Amino acid sequence: MTEHHLAQLNVAIPNHPMDDPRMAGFTEMLDPINALADSSPGFVWRFRSEGSNDATTERPFGPDLLINLSVWESLEALWNFTYRSEHLDLLRRRREWFQHMEEVHTVLWWLPATRLPSLDEAGERLAHLRAHGPTAHAFTFRTSFAPPSHGTTRPSPIRP
Amino acid sequence: MTEPGIDAAGTLAEPLRRRLYQYVVDQGGDVTRADAAEAVGERRSLVAFHLDKLVEVGLLEVTRRKVSGREGPGSGRPAKLYRRADRQLSVQLPPRDYETAARVLAEAIERLGADSALHSAAWEEGARMARALEDRPEDLDGLMALLERLGYEPVREDPTVGGPVRLRNCPFHVLARDFPAVTCGMNLELLRGLLSGIADLSTHMAPSPERCCVAISKNKNC
Repeated sequence: MTEHHLAQLNVAIPNHPMDDPRMAGFTEMLDPINALADSSPGFVWRFRSEGSNDATTERPFGPDLLINLSVWESLEALWNFTYRSEHLDLLRRRREWFQHMEEVHTVLWWLPATRLPSLDEAGERLAHLRAHGPTAHAFTFRTSFAPPSHGTTRPSPIRP
Repeated sequence: MTEPGIDAAGTLAEPLRRRLYQYVVDQGGDVTRADAAEAVGERRSLVAFHLDKLVEVGLLEVTRRKVSGREGPGSGRPAKLYRRADRQLSVQLPPRDYETAARVLAEAIERLGADSALHSAAWEEGARMARALEDRPEDLDGLMALLERLGYEPVREDPTVGGPVRLRNCPFHVLARDFPAVTCGMNLELLRGLLSGIADLSTHMAPSPERCCVAISKNKNC
C-alpha cells in the first residue's frame, strides 16, 4: 500500500564517553525511549548494532559520532514520535549530554518500502544535505518533500 | 490585521455566538446542535444558525458522524458536529508581527545551541510575571484561573487526586510546530518560573499531539 517509507539519520557528539556517570541521564532513557519508538504508530525499523538493543556502540562516521538510523511509514509518524512523545523531553535536555553542532545533524529521505537503508547510504544522504541544502534527495523536517509516488518535488511543509 | 480576523472578531460581537463559541471550545471536542442548544438555553434552529455562522468565518469546523450508535437503514443522517477550527486568527491594531520575529529568534537559538540561556531567560520571565500579579494564586484553583487568563485552557484530569492539570491550548502552537524542542522547552521553564512561588506544584513534560506538552501535578510528598 505505502510505496515509500521515510528514513532518518541523526548524528550527535556526546559531551562525555557513554559510560561516564554524566551521561547516565541519557543512557538510562535509551531502553524506554527505544521501546516507545518500537511501539509508536508508523514505526518500521531502527538500526541496532549486532548483539545490542541500540546503535550506541556503532561509529561508522568517526570515533566521536553517535548515530541513530530509523525508518517510518510517514513524515507525520516520525514527527509525532520525535516531538509529541516522551522523546521530546530528551530533546529538551540535549545540551546536557551532546555538543552543539554547527552543521545539520538530521537528514530525512524517502526510500522504497521494500528495502531498508544501509549506513553508507545514510552517510551519503547527510553529506548531500550538508552540501546542497534540502532537496528531494535529502531533506529536513522544516523543508520536507512529498514521497516520489506523489510525482512532485515541491517542498511540502509538514502541518501536523 | 487580516480580513478573516476582522470577520471573525465581528462575528463574536453577537453575545449568543460568543457563548456558543465558548461552549464548543470548553467541550474540547465535537459538539452536537442539540447539546449546544441545551447549554445556552435557546431554540435549536437559532443555535444552528449561529453555529453555522461561526463555521462560515472559520472559527469552528464541522464533521459529520452518526452519534446515536444506531446503524443501518432508519438510523438517520449523520449529525453535524462542531469543534474549534485548527486555523489561527489574529486581530492586532496597529498591525504587529511577533510570529515572524519569534521564528527568526528560534532559528538563531537553534544555530547557537543556546538552549540553556533560553531556559533560564524563560524561567526568569515566568517568575517576573508571577511577581507582577496582584493576586498571586495560592492553590490549584487560583492557578487554574491564572492559566485560563494566559490562554492555556487548563483542565483537571483527575480532580480527586488533585491533578494533574493538563493544558488544552498551546499559546505558542505555530512556533512549537516548527521549533518543537526550543518552544516546548521554553514553555516548560516559563511555567516553572510562574509556579515557582506555589510550593507544592511541579511541572513536567507530557507531550501529546492534541495539546500543550506541559502538565502540572501536585507534589506527592506534600
